[in-house]
Amino acid sequence: MGSSSSISSAHLLRLYDRFESLDRDNRGCLSPDDFEALGGLAMNPIGGRIMEAFFSSGQDTVDFSSFVRILAHFRPTDRNRNKEGAQQELPSSRTRKLKFAFQLYDMDRDGKISREELLQVLRAMLGLQVTEEQLQSIAERAIQEADLDKDDAISFDEFKKSLEKTDIDTKMSVSFLK
Amino acid sequence: MAALWTLSLLLSASLLGCLAMTSPDGSPLPHNLPPSLGTNISDGSLSVDLPMALRVFSMDYHHIQAPFEIVLWIMLASLAKLGFHWSGRVPAVVPESCVLIMVGLLVGGVIYGVRHSAPPTLSADAFFLFLLPPIVLDAGYFLPGRLFFENLGTILWYAVLGTLWNVLGIGLSLYGVCLLAQSSLGDVSLLHCLLFGSLIAAVDPVAVLSVFQEMQVNEQLHILVFGESLLNDAVTVVLYKLFESFLRLPSVSGLDVLLGGCRVVVVGIGGLCVGLFFGLLAALTSRFTSRAQVIAPLFVFLYSYLSYLTSEMLHFSGIMAIVTCAATMKQYVEANVSERSNTSIQYFLKMWSSVSETLIFIFLGVSTIQDIHMWSWPFVCSTLLLCLIWRATGVLLLTAFVNKLRRNAVTFRDQFIIAYGGLRGAICFSLVFLIDDFPKKRLFITTTIVVILFTVFVQGMTIKPLVELLYVKRKKRALPTLSEEIHSRLIDHLVAGIEDVVGYWGQHYWKDKFEQFNKKYLRRFLIRNDRQASSSILRVYQELERREQRGVEEEAPPIVDPRSQGRPLLPEEMESIRRILSRNLQNFNNKQTPAYSRHTLHQDTSVDRTRKPLYRHQSLGERYSYNTITHFQGEDGGLSEPQRVRTGLSRSHTVCSISPRSTLLDSSDSAGPAQTRSTDPKAAREDLVSPKHKETVERAARKHLSFVLENEKQQ
Repeated sequence: MGSSSSISSAHLLRLYDRFESLDRDNRGCLSPDDFEALGGLAMNPIGGRIMEAFFSSGQDTVDFSSFVRILAHFRPTDRNRNKEGAQQELPSSRTRKLKFAFQLYDMDRDGKISREELLQVLRAMLGLQVTEEQLQSIAERAIQEADLDKDDAISFDEFKKSLEKTDIDTKMSVSFLK
Repeated sequence: MAALWTLSLLLSASLLGCLAMTSPDGSPLPHNLPPSLGTNISDGSLSVDLPMALRVFSMDYHHIQAPFEIVLWIMLASLAKLGFHWSGRVPAVVPESCVLIMVGLLVGGVIYGVRHSAPPTLSADAFFLFLLPPIVLDAGYFLPGRLFFENLGTILWYAVLGTLWNVLGIGLSLYGVCLLAQSSLGDVSLLHCLLFGSLIAAVDPVAVLSVFQEMQVNEQLHILVFGESLLNDAVTVVLYKLFESFLRLPSVSGLDVLLGGCRVVVVGIGGLCVGLFFGLLAALTSRFTSRAQVIAPLFVFLYSYLSYLTSEMLHFSGIMAIVTCAATMKQYVEANVSERSNTSIQYFLKMWSSVSETLIFIFLGVSTIQDIHMWSWPFVCSTLLLCLIWRATGVLLLTAFVNKLRRNAVTFRDQFIIAYGGLRGAICFSLVFLIDDFPKKRLFITTTIVVILFTVFVQGMTIKPLVELLYVKRKKRALPTLSEEIHSRLIDHLVAGIEDVVGYWGQHYWKDKFEQFNKKYLRRFLIRNDRQASSSILRVYQELERREQRGVEEEAPPIVDPRSQGRPLLPEEMESIRRILSRNLQNFNNKQTPAYSRHTLHQDTSVDRTRKPLYRHQSLGERYSYNTITHFQGEDGGLSEPQRVRTGLSRSHTVCSISPRSTLLDSSDSAGPAQTRSTDPKAAREDLVSPKHKETVERAARKHLSFVLENEKQQ
């Protein structure tokens, strides 16, 4: 699993328990039905995309190592604090987390978020609250803000740059131990 | 400016003269009028003796004495506040509370000098029943809900455990000091010390608010200190009453202590429930106020005050009740009542809390001038020292624990500010007056006053330079960019989803659950025609659009809609335009500044605006290409994207421009003539460039805003 994404054994045990409880037909791997059985995920606007992130390499089942590999992106960060209390952000972990989030947008894996992909996500998140025209304007505005090389799409670097003020490490961390 | 200062001083001096003349116990006869006037003093009125029996001129002070004095005090307070703000450099150095206390000291001194008796003091009843509720109500109404709940654990930790730590620490150490100084302080018992500790340890929300809002610290810090000061009321009240009843009991057993502990929980939760009940009731009532909009604001105040009084009656924590009530009813009331009522509510809240706060500080100053002081160097100095020490150690210890569980750690600098910003205020003062009389009560009163003055003056004045010295993270003023907002939202959803997969009920789970419950049941029940709340992404977008429009010197002219050009507006369209404009001007004026300012009405930027969204028709893609006329005439197929947008929008749109200089009332009037003004240049379609430029120049001069409105029919 690589040392950069190492998870403690307590976490692993916990995750394995969870894996087993999700795997209803005990095949040792998860299928899309198992994910869909999670009610919360079904109601999540981007639930489908999250699910697809687990089935990344074209397979239709998820084994435990892939399960953990995906969830390792969200492992709670080590508190490396110096005296003033500012958190040291390990650059690699932040980049990895951002890459994961980026891939939620970029469904065709071309390395850029096109306007259409952004619109899809916006539609899913904002739902019925806005009209189509407003969605277009919002997407337009968002691309305009982030798009520095003016190719009408957001590349990963531009994505990273637009989130430079946000504390991604704390935002994207989930405590594995109940 | 100096003239105004002098004027206010003169006015204050004359007011002081009037006050000095009035006597505290309400006896009607004015003593210091010279008797040689031949006046006829009988049953409280005086008149000039004339041969005829009819009194042509008479003055009856006694009749109106009580309201007159009250008004004079309020007038003095307000004039002092005015003078403070006009006095140049003073507000930057000295916080308002200090100046007010000094004015109070001055007034008290004058009154004492004139009358040779103690000036009127702040009675505990008046304080708790009339002066405190408006302040807490204002704080509760403008409480940043999301931030508060995110930090609730920490706040409770500080409030309950921190207060307990302080109370026990100060009480026990003071008892130790009394034991050491047997000669002078021998008759102060342990229970008395604990009682004193319980009232002096509590951080006061009034003082904290008034100092903290003048220095802009980051929101998290503000909410920690402020939330703590609000919630520790429950603990303080219980401990105070507990020790007081212990003092009356012949003996104290372990069972009583245990019951005391239960009492804390009951008091806190009781206050919460009372507040919730009245808050929901108020929300429900506001749903039906559409036909009598003028009295809608009244319900907010009535229900809040009722919740306060009810919980005081039941010996629950009144502060918690009123805060809960305000925080609960806010979103529903705001959605239900008209904009003017909303503005009235906010304005009155600010006004009342401002007056209240000013009065409290002035009375603190006045009440210091007493002749019942008893001074004791060891007691006073040790109290001061112990307060500081125990608070500092308490904060350090508690933070060390709580940081392990928090996502954003509380840094050392933040801790220093929390410890140093624990100001004491009028609550301690009123509580000390309520103690049953015992030999050393006067000592307690003196010490309390000294501690309050010390914390407000010394700590209040030095906290700002210290903050700057330590480079505490200041409040981030910048609005998040739209991309940030969108991506943050995505990440929130993502984390919620992952938490679902992992099976962890993190804070997102409960938040989502509550939001669902809120949407499904509460909003439908409590809000009259609930329009869908605009999500934060939309709000940020609108706000950014508005800011841009404000800042852009050269306004791009409004898009000409070929079909609507020259069409006269239907009356209902005009009406809807007027309504939308008035709503949005209000949004526009309100949305720019942070909350918690005492002196002007500022809006919390996360306020839900369930109004019809307003958006700029010219999406930014079009701005790139407005130079090319061909684009507008649809010949250029390459730029299909904005074109598509435009045709999508041009279905049913009207163009309108207003000038932002007008106030809420005027905007609806200027909408009409502005319509005709803007349609004229559009008449010539062949040459769009020059009228645009002309209009641009005009517009730049007058700073117009262009809005494109959605037709009512489309909705």
